[in-house]
Amino acid sequence: MTTQPNTQLHDNVPGGPLDEKWTKHKFDLKLVNPANRRKFEILVVGTGLAGASAAATLAEMGYSVTSFCVQDSARRAHSIAAQGGINAAKNYKNDGDSVHRLFYDTIKGGDYRAREGNVHRLAEVSRQIIDQCVAQGVPFAREYGGLLDNRSFGGAQVARTFYARGQTGQQLLLGAYGALMRQVNAGRVKLHVRKEMVDLVEVDGIARGIVTRDLTNGKFERWAGHAVLLCSGGYGNVFYLSTNAKASNVTAAWRAHKRGAFFANPCYTQIHPTCIPVHGEFQSKLTLMSESLRNDGRVWVPQDDGDARAAGTIPEGERDYYLERKYPSFGNLVPRDVASRNAKQVCDAGRGVGTTGKAVYLDFRDAIKRDGRDMIQARYGNLFDMYARITGEDPYSVPMRIFPAVHYTMGGLWVDYNLESTVPGLFVLGEANFSDHGANRLGASALMQGLADGYFVVPATIASHLAGRVLQPVDTSHDAFAQAEAASRQRFQALLEVQGSRTVDSFHRELGLICWDQCGMSRNRADLEKAISSIRTLREAFWQDVRVLGDAQSLNQNLEHAGRVADFMEFGELMVNDALQREESCGGHFREEHQTDENEAKRNDEDFCHVTAWEHRDGKPSQRHDEELKFESVHLSTRSYK
Amino acid sequence: MTASATDDLTLTVHVWCQAGPDQPGDFVTSEVSVSPDTSFLEMLDCLNEQRMAGGQEAIAFDHDCREGICGACSLVIDGKPHGPEQETTTCQLHMRTFNDGDAIYVEPFRAKGFPVLRDLVVDRSAFDRIQQAGGYVSVNTGSAPDAHAVPVPKPAAEEAFDAAACIGCGACVAACPNASAMLFVAAKVSQLALLPQGAPERDARALSMVEAMDGEGFGNCTNHFECAAACPKAIPVTHIARLNREFLRSSLMPRS
Ligand SMILES: Cc1cc2nc3c(=O)[nH]c(=O)nc-3n(C[C@H](O)[C@H](O)[C@H](O)COP(=O)(O)OP(=O)(O)OC[C@H]3O[C@@H](n4cnc5c(N)ncnc54)[C@H](O)[C@@H]3O)c2cc1C
Ligand code: SF4
Ligand code: FES
Repeated sequence: MTTQPNTQLHDNVPGGPLDEKWTKHKFDLKLVNPANRRKFEILVVGTGLAGASAAATLAEMGYSVTSFCVQDSARRAHSIAAQGGINAAKNYKNDGDSVHRLFYDTIKGGDYRAREGNVHRLAEVSRQIIDQCVAQGVPFAREYGGLLDNRSFGGAQVARTFYARGQTGQQLLLGAYGALMRQVNAGRVKLHVRKEMVDLVEVDGIARGIVTRDLTNGKFERWAGHAVLLCSGGYGNVFYLSTNAKASNVTAAWRAHKRGAFFANPCYTQIHPTCIPVHGEFQSKLTLMSESLRNDGRVWVPQDDGDARAAGTIPEGERDYYLERKYPSFGNLVPRDVASRNAKQVCDAGRGVGTTGKAVYLDFRDAIKRDGRDMIQARYGNLFDMYARITGEDPYSVPMRIFPAVHYTMGGLWVDYNLESTVPGLFVLGEANFSDHGANRLGASALMQGLADGYFVVPATIASHLAGRVLQPVDTSHDAFAQAEAASRQRFQALLEVQGSRTVDSFHRELGLICWDQCGMSRNRADLEKAISSIRTLREAFWQDVRVLGDAQSLNQNLEHAGRVADFMEFGELMVNDALQREESCGGHFREEHQTDENEAKRNDEDFCHVTAWEHRDGKPSQRHDEELKFESVHLSTRSYK
Repeated sequence: MTASATDDLTLTVHVWCQAGPDQPGDFVTSEVSVSPDTSFLEMLDCLNEQRMAGGQEAIAFDHDCREGICGACSLVIDGKPHGPEQETTTCQLHMRTFNDGDAIYVEPFRAKGFPVLRDLVVDRSAFDRIQQAGGYVSVNTGSAPDAHAVPVPKPAAEEAFDAAACIGCGACVAACPNASAMLFVAAKVSQLALLPQGAPERDARALSMVEAMDGEGFGNCTNHFECAAACPKAIPVTHIARLNREFLRSSLMPRS
């Protein structure tokens, strides 16, 4: 019997009062008898915060787990790079924080485009995450009394962010990686590094396995299981230049999409306001400067366009501290989307600084005057060093130059309350799903979500699938595996056979530029329509003229990259298409046609208070489905940071 | 590549190329012009684009975050793991450190414990296996007490942090004349020995991690301290002294 996919988009959020839903749901969920758990094989793709925490926890519970990543070590997943911190509603500062406030801030920050039930659960489990990490030996910052320190982050009005110098991601990931290593040692997790998932395998409509390609020798392998967890991260590298690690990709999610998993809200991408500007043609990635810098740095540009004087020689009266001027109550701490858009506006008006004119100043002069250089060094020393290393300039004496860059993707595979996609048995965790951040993510909440999904949500909800459905025995000799493997082989072979004249990187850069120029910080119908046709043309050119050297039977990084770019070429069109149909501005999605007289984003709750989820149709245009968002406990208001 | 700007650097780069694990390798020499603002890995990207344009395969090297935190990049540059700058990973090294006309030698990390897979890519999975032997606190998800239940004095927390900053890159091994992994192991043992959360497994951890290290074919520490000089995260050698003490302490304990 074939299990039906969830194409009607049932969110499966339980009824009852908001703050009792998760408790009630956990009670109502079926359980898998501990003695039976090891009979269930769970395939976990990805070892970032979401994947490592899920794999370790499921193994602790007794399940058999097999885990995969593309890096040479599970510890190197992109989560390692997170700097700023992780939110939790602990209210250790006694400044009025609560689960409800974290829930509310996250819903509002996401511009009312996330599901209430999911976000409330996230706020609830946030507290347990911190307990778990501390018990693992994660060295969070502490005060002199030995208790944990918190700071306010990304414009939050309470101090709820836990941090570990400028390397919170690394410390949290090492905690989760340690837990994973413990389970590998115990024989309950089988870990496979440098193996890329290249297809999802379904049997009777249920996700029952994957096909991987070994990046050291090109070998294709089949893996069968009772459930598949995709924890493969975000798709920011469709823009080529982003703050994401180079290996971050959409391949795993895209392959699952092509097998029936709906892709939700792909147009919601986050552009982070404080990154080091592009320096030149060979720039390979962008570096984030932590948002915490905006606590003390003041953002400005010269009052007049074309003012090319050195920053220090521009008198106070001829500087425009535009964020402080326009948003007196939040000032430099407005949310990311607002800060980014304003930087773009002043640069478009010709007031940008630096040789490219695509930068604004982030100035610490006044903070140094007020608190002294030592204090500023104690707070941001490592970030200042990083800036100096990359730019060759000393930010203690000249203002930093910053510009927005692609940073995070709120869109992702559609999931219900159980984090199950439209394909039964396929669960999606962390940045790879779309669930909690709506149209804009608040600082320090991605780490929280990845760990919530992996440590606490999926370990409970997976039982709905394992205990709730009849799962026939399936092994890798099933025809579905043979077909998926053959299709994957063929795809990689096809890339090698093009034998054209342009490098993979040159195509990736061009795709990135189209997306950035026409589907970046600010979007309009004409540009988006143009982008769709440019991407189609580029994709055709790619398949006719790309040159991939070497073979498919050895470590071939060029071929790896080609496979990922091929998927970005298809995904990019969907992202632009999604941006085109969403006739409103919300969060990170700014449509020029929909703005207030003061150039602020104008939401359209009447027509767009929904999630857009796309169904793939081979050879046909993608089909659009909407999941209506119902708000029972918050009142939809216009976000204002004035 | 494109017509070079006047302030571009023109360099002669000798890069180690090796087709596979058991194949012979040799230096391959190319000329490349780049802006001083590019990073070292961007210089290699540029060189690879140049090679591919001429029909030659790209040279393989490991990298990912390109901001000094994932530990993926490696490379011995002019004889030094991670190159000439202190406390700087290869990916953070910028070409302004070099002069026009320089010759640069680029090799993989070399150690018995890190076999070469191809060109500049080595297999560092031995580090994961050492971690598996005990580089964690055994606490199942959901069983933790409130995070404030156990205060940790700030000085201990800070010192533990200094050790926890290790990115697992392996430069310490590549720099050591004995290819010892002591600094890497010491960083983990030290971090957890300094924190109350790590205390219950302290003895078992030191013993089993050192045993695993020996089993992977890494050499002994004979106090050259080249490791700390090469370490991009400035992990101090004092942690090795602590590891030795921890090891001694646990060796004297009856083993269960
Ligand atoms: C520079 C930077 C700073 C950040 N700072 C913060 C911060 O301070 N606070 C915060 O909350 N968030 C921050 N974020 C966001 C946050 O780090 C990420 O959203 C989060 O870590 C994603 O975790 P993840 O587990 O979902 O995915 P990732 O950590 O990206 O892991 C993806 C995993 O999937 C594997 N994988 C991918 N594709 C495949 C495939 N095809 N086959 C097999 N395996 C595959 C990878 O190997 C990897 O193991 C930051 C992001 C960046 C870029
Ligand atoms: S101790 Fe230093 S050199 Fe050794 S692995 Fe850790 S960070 Fe790298
Ligand atoms: S590439 Fe991540 S540390 Fe160098």
